[in-house]
Amino acid sequence: MMNYYETVFITTPVLSDTQMKETVEKFKGILANNGAELVHEENWGLKKLAYPIQKKSTGFYYLVEFKAKGELINKLETEYRRDERIIRFLTFKMDKYAVEYSEKKKTKKETKAEE
Amino acid sequence: MSQNQSEIRYLTPPTVEVKKKKYCRFKKNKIRYIDYKDPEFLKKFVNEQGKILPRRLTGTSLKYQRKVAKAIKRARHLALLPYVTDMLK
Repeated sequence: MMNYYETVFITTPVLSDTQMKETVEKFKGILANNGAELVHEENWGLKKLAYPIQKKSTGFYYLVEFKAKGELINKLETEYRRDERIIRFLTFKMDKYAVEYSEKKKTKKETKAEE
Repeated sequence: MSQNQSEIRYLTPPTVEVKKKKYCRFKKNKIRYIDYKDPEFLKKFVNEQGKILPRRLTGTSLKYQRKVAKAIKRARHLALLPYVTDMLK
């Protein structure tokens, strides 16, 4: 049974561009190597946090949507916890309405890009 | 003078409150998923201190109030919304 998931993580702002890319690649690699199917990804860039986390007021946000089995989530989250570059993460299992919503958002973005 | 006495005069004109019926905006607009990644939208359901507004003020139905609360809590976890503040709006 493959479920739809969505994961957002925040990395520390002290990383350089290449380090940031490395981190993203690492987690995408973890997903891909464990039989997940990446659906969509979004880089939100450097954003101001609503409150300081680990004495930092900004962070890089990154979102990945993927299809995977439930067991993978545990693995992914332990990796998040082990990595000190990640300051916050959230994994969310999408129900059918969430999937519908994100599909709609994506197509809207595409049509905007085409115009 | 006698005419004036018969007239009842109020210092402040009495306002007849016409109660506007509250409605659930999710049901009305057929929104079935509340995105936690959209803090601007979620700010409508939060007061200046960042507290979640009760159903009796927003008119949201119970089903969607639960979803709103979940979404706000998720947004807080991701530092998209503050847990506590002042002057959010």
